[in-house]
Amino acid sequence: MEGPGQVSTSVDLLYSETEDELRSVVRDVLTDHCTAAAVLARIETDEPHDRELWKTLATEMGLAGLLVPEKLGGQGATHREAAVVLEELGRAVAPVPYLSSAVVVTEMLLGCPAQQPQVGAQLAELASGRQVGALVVPFTTAPHAPYARVRRSSDGLLHGTVTAVADAAGADLLYVATDDALYTLAADQGGVTVTPRTSLDLTRPLADVTLDGARGGEPISEDPDSAVRRGLRAGAALLASEQLGVADWCLTETVAYTRDRHQFNRPVGSFQALKHRLAELWLETVNARAAARNAADALATESAEAPLAASLAQAYCSPVAVHAAEEALQLHGGIGMTWEHPVHLYLKRAKADAVGLGSAGRHREAIAGLVDLRAP
Amino acid sequence: MTISEAQLRDRVRELLAAHPIASTPREAFLEARFDAGLAWVHFPEELGGLGLPRTQQAVVDAELEAAGAPDNDPRRIGIGLGMAAPTVLTYGTEEQKRRWLRPLWLGEEVWCQLFSEPGAGSDLAALGTRAVRDGDTWVVNGQKVWTSNAHNARWAILIARTDPEQPKHRGITYFVCDMTDPGVEVRPLRQITGEAEFNEVFLSDVRIPDAHRLGEVGDGWRVAQTTLMNERVAIGGMRLPREGGVIGPVVEAWRERPELRTHDLHQDLLKLWVEAEVARLTGERLRQQLVAGQPGPEGSGMKLGFARLNQRISGLELELLGEDGLSYEDWTMTRPEIVDFTGRDAGYRYLRAKGNSIEGGTSEVLLNIVAERVLGLPSEPRTDKDVAWKDLAR
Repeated sequence: MEGPGQVSTSVDLLYSETEDELRSVVRDVLTDHCTAAAVLARIETDEPHDRELWKTLATEMGLAGLLVPEKLGGQGATHREAAVVLEELGRAVAPVPYLSSAVVVTEMLLGCPAQQPQVGAQLAELASGRQVGALVVPFTTAPHAPYARVRRSSDGLLHGTVTAVADAAGADLLYVATDDALYTLAADQGGVTVTPRTSLDLTRPLADVTLDGARGGEPISEDPDSAVRRGLRAGAALLASEQLGVADWCLTETVAYTRDRHQFNRPVGSFQALKHRLAELWLETVNARAAARNAADALATESAEAPLAASLAQAYCSPVAVHAAEEALQLHGGIGMTWEHPVHLYLKRAKADAVGLGSAGRHREAIAGLVDLRAP
Repeated sequence: MTISEAQLRDRVRELLAAHPIASTPREAFLEARFDAGLAWVHFPEELGGLGLPRTQQAVVDAELEAAGAPDNDPRRIGIGLGMAAPTVLTYGTEEQKRRWLRPLWLGEEVWCQLFSEPGAGSDLAALGTRAVRDGDTWVVNGQKVWTSNAHNARWAILIARTDPEQPKHRGITYFVCDMTDPGVEVRPLRQITGEAEFNEVFLSDVRIPDAHRLGEVGDGWRVAQTTLMNERVAIGGMRLPREGGVIGPVVEAWRERPELRTHDLHQDLLKLWVEAEVARLTGERLRQQLVAGQPGPEGSGMKLGFARLNQRISGLELELLGEDGLSYEDWTMTRPEIVDFTGRDAGYRYLRAKGNSIEGGTSEVLLNIVAERVLGLPSEPRTDKDVAWKDLAR
């Protein structure tokens, strides 16, 4: 184990050419199929996700399988590429279950014993985007914190309620942990009830999951802890890239707006009070990019520092995304308060993300343990 | 010219073989290194370099450090190396380059910078030190301020007003000033830390030969940009290990003295640890961009972030140390040659860090630069742009 003073120097914080190309392809698709108007319109329907968009991204482009090895039906790419996809999904507040299914659940399954035949089959289904998975823990769960478990009764059936599960509505496969095993349930099987909540974030819906005598079948792992934590850690590390995307959109959009919007016979962006706020925001996004890239690279290279890199990225990027969205709203003035303008979608996503997978404060607690800066 | 890393290493080994460190005096070794083109490899041949990419200097430095070779004490001559040298190289005549660069690099001649004035800080281009031509020489009168090393310096880079009829940016000329001229008076400028790291420099009928001018008459502002760009790179560009810089002594105190810990400071410390580590990563990312040949605008922000962090961290340290934080090592007026943040106590760090958001461009000016040059927001109104310097309000 390295001491807090030593740092590996091999971290690659840049984007490769392949990653830049991937970004441009994803952005093109989102520009065409995930406009702000389309996202707003979908909110008025009962659909938890944009299924057409998911089909394009996950199935046709193969993006849901980036983390899955080729021999298991995936693309055999790394977290660095998945992070780039998440940046773009964040920039578009795309209502698709990428983080939940293609990152958290996928990574969790990769942490399950490979000899379990269902694991490989489920990975292939998720990688193809034909099925969507959700890990049944509250979205607020930090990777190092206790997480929700259900109870297995003596007849072998599962019981319990887990609240505020991200993307459970719309998922095909639900993953639940008991004290000593991890089970896969079909969302539509008997004894399983998924009740959508009215979520603050309109683009990543939460639901409560109640098991009332659901049949768990063969467990996919008898060591739920390591698999669940692995999934949540990858989720937290890559959520930073989504937050970077959210912040980047807010900054870019607000700069464009303040250059264009005239009051007092001049662009409002010519007032120093606004210029300085935007410059500060730019500095924050520059830092957020370094933190997010560091976290993605640490996962991709299986660095021993991955837990620190993930918590560092969450502790830094969570408040940056919220700040960016709050600044975007304020600097847009009245239009930013309207339902019609998309800035509220970003504010809601940013605030939910700040609480999701562990707040910045929870991740700072984790860092305190990792680098030996103990509480009084 | 291109040579491989291996060839460059061979060159360093030849130097070490011909001038064994154990038996060669420091000065003689440095001279031999300069003449072998291994002083600064991105400089031209004959001027201490080999005309190689700047990044290859690291190869030379690593070899020499491994061999335990003496260096030219770069911190003592930082202004010469970082600001004067690149400017002389870019704008100097062949004769000027030959005269100045060798003793500069060897540390035989210390350089200082005569730019800021009491009336020209952020608005440096409004400077009022006058240079009036008298045949082959210029006669200079005025006052400069915030000049580090003026009392040790042999030469100064100087900008002065040569045409007050022109708008402020156009009437400036760049000179190299002989600090031994009888008209140069250096007075220490005591600062809030108690010491005098800087000086005030009074120039009274100082005579500078026209042969010591850098660049064209009236083109001094453009020449000065080369100097200033190198200054900001130097201030924001230090490479640090994790917990390097001012966070180091704070985390050390935290770990070693549990009796000082409070919940409130713990939260602040963790936030600052995160920010310091992310700032370090940002610096690392910037360096990777430069090495990959994709320099981005990110560099503009490094100095801003560094100033703010230093101030917040040193403030926290003082509070953490309690009683010890209330003592100060020494208020005696001294004239240090180098600024050493980590070798001093918490009170010094707290006070000295206040200057970080002022020196080398105030944070407010840098935010304007980011807003305008990076984000493309409209510029500040420039009411002085087309007005003759002599008609400006002051």
